[in-house]
Parts: sequence; C-alpha cells; structure tokens
Amino acid sequence: MKQTEPKIVAFLCNWCAYAGADLAGVSRLQHPSNMRTVRVMCSGRVDPLFVVQALKSGCDGVLVAG
Amino acid sequence: MDKCIACGTCAEKCPAKTTDAFNEGLAKRKAIYVPYAQAVPLKYAIDKNRCIYFQKGKCRACEKFCPTNAINFDDKEKDITLTVGSVILTAGFTPFNPDRFDNYQHAKFPNVVTSMEFERILSAGGPFGGHIHRLSDGQEPRKIAWLQCVGSRDLNRCDNEYCSSVCCMYAIKESVIAKEHLGADFEPAIFFMDMRTHGKDFEKYYERAKSQGVRFIRSRVHTITETDASGTLNLVYVTESGERVSEEFDMVVLSVGMEPAASAMEAAKTLGVELNPYHFVKTSDMTPVSTSREGIFVAGALQGPKDIPQSVVEASAAACSAGIHLASARGTLVKEKTFPAEQSVQDDAPRIGVFVCNCGINIGGIADVPAVAAYARELGNVVFTEEPLFACSQDAQEKMVEIIREQKLNRVVVAACTPRTHEPLFQETIRNAGLNAYLFEMANIRNQCTWVHSAEKEKATEKAKDLVRMAVQRANILEPIPDLSVGVNKSALIVGGGIAGMTAAISLADQGFAASIVEKSSSLGGAARDVLHTWRGENIQEHLKKLVDRVSNHPQITVFTQSEIVDASGFVGNFETRVKTGTEIHAIQHGVVIVATGGQASVTDEYLYGKHPAVTRWHDLEQNPELLTGVGSVVFIQCVGSRNDQRPYCSRICCTSSVYQAIDIKEKHPDTDVFILYRDIRTFGEREVLYKKAREKGVVFIRYSLNKKPVVTEAADGLDVRVFDPILQKELIIHADRVNLATAIEPSPNEDIAALYKLPVNAEKFFMEAHAKLRPVDFASDGLFVCGIAHYPKSIDESIAQAMAAAGRAATVLARTSIQISPLVSQVNRDLCIGCGLCTDICPFGAIIQEEVDGKGFKAKNISASCKGCGLCASSCPKKAIDMLHFRDAQILAAVCAAA
Repeated sequence: MKQTEPKIVAFLCNWCAYAGADLAGVSRLQHPSNMRTVRVMCSGRVDPLFVVQALKSGCDGVLVAG
Repeated sequence: MDKCIACGTCAEKCPAKTTDAFNEGLAKRKAIYVPYAQAVPLKYAIDKNRCIYFQKGKCRACEKFCPTNAINFDDKEKDITLTVGSVILTAGFTPFNPDRFDNYQHAKFPNVVTSMEFERILSAGGPFGGHIHRLSDGQEPRKIAWLQCVGSRDLNRCDNEYCSSVCCMYAIKESVIAKEHLGADFEPAIFFMDMRTHGKDFEKYYERAKSQGVRFIRSRVHTITETDASGTLNLVYVTESGERVSEEFDMVVLSVGMEPAASAMEAAKTLGVELNPYHFVKTSDMTPVSTSREGIFVAGALQGPKDIPQSVVEASAAACSAGIHLASARGTLVKEKTFPAEQSVQDDAPRIGVFVCNCGINIGGIADVPAVAAYARELGNVVFTEEPLFACSQDAQEKMVEIIREQKLNRVVVAACTPRTHEPLFQETIRNAGLNAYLFEMANIRNQCTWVHSAEKEKATEKAKDLVRMAVQRANILEPIPDLSVGVNKSALIVGGGIAGMTAAISLADQGFAASIVEKSSSLGGAARDVLHTWRGENIQEHLKKLVDRVSNHPQITVFTQSEIVDASGFVGNFETRVKTGTEIHAIQHGVVIVATGGQASVTDEYLYGKHPAVTRWHDLEQNPELLTGVGSVVFIQCVGSRNDQRPYCSRICCTSSVYQAIDIKEKHPDTDVFILYRDIRTFGEREVLYKKAREKGVVFIRYSLNKKPVVTEAADGLDVRVFDPILQKELIIHADRVNLATAIEPSPNEDIAALYKLPVNAEKFFMEAHAKLRPVDFASDGLFVCGIAHYPKSIDESIAQAMAAAGRAATVLARTSIQISPLVSQVNRDLCIGCGLCTDICPFGAIIQEEVDGKGFKAKNISASCKGCGLCASSCPKKAIDMLHFRDAQILAAVCAAA
C-alpha cells in the first residue's frame, strides 16, 4: 500500500513528554495518528545519529520532546 | 474496587449529570465519576445523592456496561480501626469563599471569578480545555484585573487578619500564563497592598512579569459594577497620589486566601489537638511540626497558610518526627517478597510471546485486536500470541506465568496501556515465571493510540501494528540485567554546626543513626547566636543552649569544630570525607551528606554604615539595649542590598525582624519615635499580626522605591534621613538618633563544599535543590540533602523544619542495609575510551569520573550508584565508548528502524 501520510518518529522523554502523551490519552485529546513513539529516559539520550537513522529508514519527520 | 480498570465506560453511559466540584462548578460530571484525571487510586465511584438507581430505584446502566463487573451497589461505608504509633495531620485548607461579601460581587456578576475558578479555566484539562473566556458571553477577555488580599489581611470584613502567603505569587503566575494564552495585546493588572514575593527565586519572577507587561497597581478596589449587558466590569479605585480612577475590565479574578477547613478543625478537636486563635493547628517555633499532643504531628496549610515547598518540607519533617517516635519499631512489620531462580537465556534464540490486551473495549473497541495479534504472530521470533480481555487482571497474570513456562518464552511483549503505570506489574509477572525483569517490553497501544484516535479505527489498528513491530524488534535484542544494590553506611556527615546542622544531627541520632558535624568556627550555634527571639517571641538562646548541650553529649554525635573538609568522594550509602582539624586529618565514612552551611547578614557601605557610630544593622540594637536609652528616634531601613541588581532576591526575614524590634522598642520606650522605611512589608502568614500591632503602637511606616532610596547624612546631633513619601508626595526629613539597617542575608562562602560534593548553586550562591516545589531538601544526586540558610534566607522555625526534613529524607537511605538501584545505567567501554572527560563534564549527577590507568592515561569510570540512566554521556561520547543498559544504541535503533 502506498503511504499517503507522513510518518513521524517521536523520541519522548519518559519523565515528561512521554507522560504528557499518556495524559493526552487519559484526557482523550484526539490528534493525528502519524506519530510512532520511541521512549527514552531523557531527551538528551537522543544521539543525532538516531535522527539520521530514522530518516534513512523512511520516516518523514522526527520529533524530540523532553 | 479492585476490578475497576478506570476505562470510563460507566461514566460515559451514566445518564445522571451533576455539578463538578473539582472544576469549581464550571463543568458537569456524571453521578459515577473520578474526581480528576490524576486521582489515586484511579477508580470510579458512585455519588449516591445523584445516582438515579439510589434515588429512584431504577437504572443500573453502569452495571450493565461495566466490562469487568466492578459495580457493587451494596458497597457500604466501613469503619476501619488502625493501631498506630504516630499520627500526622495533613488535612490542608479551604479557599476563602467571597460570596458572603457584596463588595466583591462574586455571587452576582458572572465575570468575577475566584482564583481557584481561574486556575480551572486556565487548565488544559479544565472545563474549557485551557481556552480563557468570559463566563457571561464566551468572549476572550482583553483585560483582566486580579484583586489581592480577598479574605486575607482584612479585619473589617472577614476576620482574617493574617496574610495567606501564597496569593501574590499565584496571581502573578496566573497573569503571566493568561498572557501566554491570550497574546501580546492582553492586559493583565494586579491590584495589591504589598507585593509578597518572598520565596526562593520569586522576586525574579515578579520582575520578569513586570517586564512582560503585567501592570501592578498599589491600591484596593472599592467598587465593582457591571457597565453593560455583556458583563463588562467597571472598577473604581484611588491611586497612591490620591487620584480617583474608574477603569473597565473584561474579567476580575479574586485572589482568595486560605482558611482552615471545617472538617480538619473537627478532626483536630477529635484528636485533642490545640488550635491557635485563627483555628490553625498550634505549634511552637522550636518544634514546628509537633502538636500539643505527643505523637501527633502536623504538616502543611493545616498549621497555617503556606506554599507547596514549605508544605513538602514540613511533611518530611513530620515523617522524621514520627520516625524518632517509632524508632524502636522500625522494620518490625516488613515482609520480603521472593522470586524463583532466574533462568539463563543468554545462549538461546529469542522466543517472543506477544500479549495484545483488549482492555475491555478501550483497545478492542477501536483497534482490531485479533488483526494486531495475527500480524504479531508473523514477525520473526514470535512464537506465541494471545488477546487477553484484561492483561493486568489477576487471572491473566497467572495464566501468563504458565504460558511463559509452557511455551519456553524468553522475551515477553505486552501491547496494552502504558509502561509508566504497568511495566512494574508485568516485570514482576515474568520474574514469577523465572525470567529477568528486563526481558520485557511494552507497546503503548491504549494511552497513545486507541484513546487518542478513537474516531479513526483503521489508522489506530495500523499504528498498533507498527508499535507492536517496534516493540518486538527491540525485544529481540533485550538482555537480562542483574539487580544493582549497594550497602549503606548508616551514618551522616553534616556540614555546618548552626541550628539547622545541629537539628539535623539530633534528629538522626535520636533515631539511632550516627552523625558527624563539621564546623568551621570554634563553637556550635551559627547565625542563631545573634538572634534573641523568634517572631512568635520564643527564646532562641535558651533553645540553642539546650541543643548545643544535647549535641555535645549525645553518644551518636561527633563534633569537629575549627575543622574543614579537604576532600570528598563516593556515592549514596558510601561516602568518604576527609576532615582537617589543625594538622590532623580524619577520614570519615558515611552514608549521606547534609549541607547546612548557613549564611549571614551582609555588610554594607550604604547609609553611612561603618562611617557613623549611630548606624547599626540587624540585631545590634537588641543586643546592646544601652544604645536605646534616652533615644528620641530610631529609623529602620529595609532591603539594604536585597531586591536590587546585585542581589535580585528578597531576604525574606528582614521585614518581620524589624517590625518585631520596632514593637519591642515601642513597648520599652513608648516616647521613642520609630520609623520603618520599606519597599513592601513582607510579614507573610501570621507574621502579619506583628505588622498590625506595630502600627497600633505608633510605628510609622514609609514606603520608598528603588529609584528614590532614602539618603542618610550626618547632622549636628545625630543623623538626618531624607525619604520621599509617595502618599504625601513630598520629601520628608527625619532626624534620627539611630539608623538600623536590614542588610541582605547572603549564604556563607560555599564554593569549596559545592565543588567537593559537585553540588549546584544558583546565581546568588544559594544551594539548588532537586526540585523547587516537590523536592525542597534533596539535591539531584542521591544521598545529599540541604537545609537552613544555605538553601535560602529563612526564619528559625523554617530552618528547624527544613533540618528535620533533611534528616527525615536522609533516614530513608540510612534505614536500609542496602539500596536497590535501577540497573538501567551507563556502561563505559574502556577499550574505546580516550579519556577526553566530556562525559564527566556533562553528567549532571557526578556519576562518571576520570581515573588514571597505568600507561593508558585517563579512562572514564562509572559510579553506577549515582547514575540516573539519562544517557547524556552516551549521546555525547565522541568515540561511542558509552552505552546505556536497556537503552543501548542498538536497542533504540531497532525500534527506530522498525517504525517506518
């Protein structure tokens, strides 16, 4: 199937952004389904090479939140 | 209650609506409800008074739709008897209700709201999703006025003469956030009497708010009327120069104060605990969390108005007091859990089991769970899949253990809610099946998938498949990680022998832990030696003498005076500090560090201090009462060196101290004129009563501003003080026989201690706690704590409370023989390391050091006990010589590559 929508890899800090994404769930805040979360223990863990690898693998965007 | 999984189906189906008290009545909730999204335990309850079944005998819709049969209409209130050794009261406060008073118009005008209501309006989880609008017509406000001291500092209308301590700061916060929400042309205005931003870093926030366009108006609004049918409000007030102003606002927020809760007062009465005249629980400055009844302690706003950091400090202090009270019983009720022996999986190919949870209809009602499971079954190394209704239920857990054994699974993936709440539970389950806890991975297909894409079922299913694939790819290369624990040396080292350091030492020693105090000077006592009375009038020197005696004679306490720390190393539970006394060096092994290095009143060259004998500072007059004999007038000058560019903070205690001294002078020498020149009087909490008393006794208060500071000059027979009075709009010349300066409180020199233990300090050199609100005595690194003026200027009662809190927090380490540490830590590969030291510099926790290796130069070395697993070192290492256990580069990349 041809992908028609962008796929975004999100590196979320376990202690804040990931918890925020969970709370969005508890509050049923609807948002687009393009994001694929990778949980990290700190946004500082995200090596620039991870970002490059995500794009190389065919993802269309990368979000780092923490 | 055990069966409820908080899916919310019951509330969705419940036909009965009622007012939502948590949202201050601004929204509706159902008769079956959770009070708020973050409630613990997250379980739905039935409001009997609103439930149709309970009121009319018919409905039971919740029972019909509940997927777990968790509804129990026969549940009854139960009386539970607990046998305890100690009680801690933390029942909090009630916000002041302004409806009783017609001048605020809260009950009458929809656009007059309380600060509590405004908090809900601002909240993204609130009734309007964080969108600020007027209650009258739904329009976005362009101008909002905050009115301070509603229900505080007011004897005329409401009998609350105390200051509620927190309202100035929260009003500034609300105005700044409102401006963030509403944009640059939004105009917030705060009407106040004295701006009380006396907390740590609060003054900087106040200054920032001014620069961001928050208008501060020193006036009390006397009339609020509605100008038109849309609900716009007109406020009439008088400026300082006496001008009457009439101004329109779209909304008014009443900054309501704190009152003791009726139920809390009732509980205190039942327990036989004494209350003070304002109906808060009575305590003494020397034992700030002890009530009148032995074994019963108090923390938070039940004791008096206070903010979150101070409440948290008192909570730890109360826990410490209970710890002392119960020291002999410590650990007697502990039961240890055991697990079967771990099976080795190192040499086996991965056999992954994937459990895709339906979570009732929370996941299964949106995503196609059978399709997700079937998809998972096709992924490499997946040998088993299942679709439990509730993966977390007791029976599903037991079944999972059996399946792991039968199917010889060596990796487990659960696709369900969120690892933040459920990972520990599933890790325990796989441990019960003999697997290492870290051979587990979770895919978050509820909170971050079906709950937020409920209208897009196909897309939710696709996303769930992707998330499962990512989890499985990661699970393929997960590895077992052994537990990590370190032993604990059950003793404390306390830096500083002032009232905070000594209180911390005695609080630990009374629980049976050894403590060493290292004091620079030749005797114990610190800054408290200069102060005669607390603001409540309690005798400090008497308390200090008793404390010094107890500390000096306690078998568990060692005191090193005239000593300094020359070297420190180690980590939580295992520190070694080298202390130099004269020429002798003592090597002290200890489990925790409490920093109580204190502070002092600064010396100034302003206002002729040091140049004219009649200019004194702080307690000079109190200590030398002869200086006041036959004196015609005394002028106190506040904020000398505080709240300026050099020290942009409020020294917190000077207003109360000067007001206290002024009253004392007036009582002893009624004919002496006493003036206090101030910028804002910050007698917060019940200290406000002193301010009132001083005015009643005839102390004259004159406000000055930073750009028109008073000028002190030498006169023929004393001093002349020139000050511009903003009310008279004139310069006054006061002839003064004595001028006493409230100079800024500054921390003792602490650079060496900060460097030795790698502790952060703020721009003003006060030590920085791990979290300004929630961890006010912890440092970010484990096993290190702070108390007293080293943290921020504070009064004796506050220092004692914080010292007890530090001891209470330290006891959570010292009470154990070993500490389990998260094993998800950094791992240096020394063969690749070039010893550049970048990781050591970047680590916020001092958890990587550089060690010289024979013939190989420097190499990085992990201090795993201090490591928090953040991975800054790993992502910064130029040689890729550092990896993180459980979050290895390869493990993260496996998920990343599987995402596309």
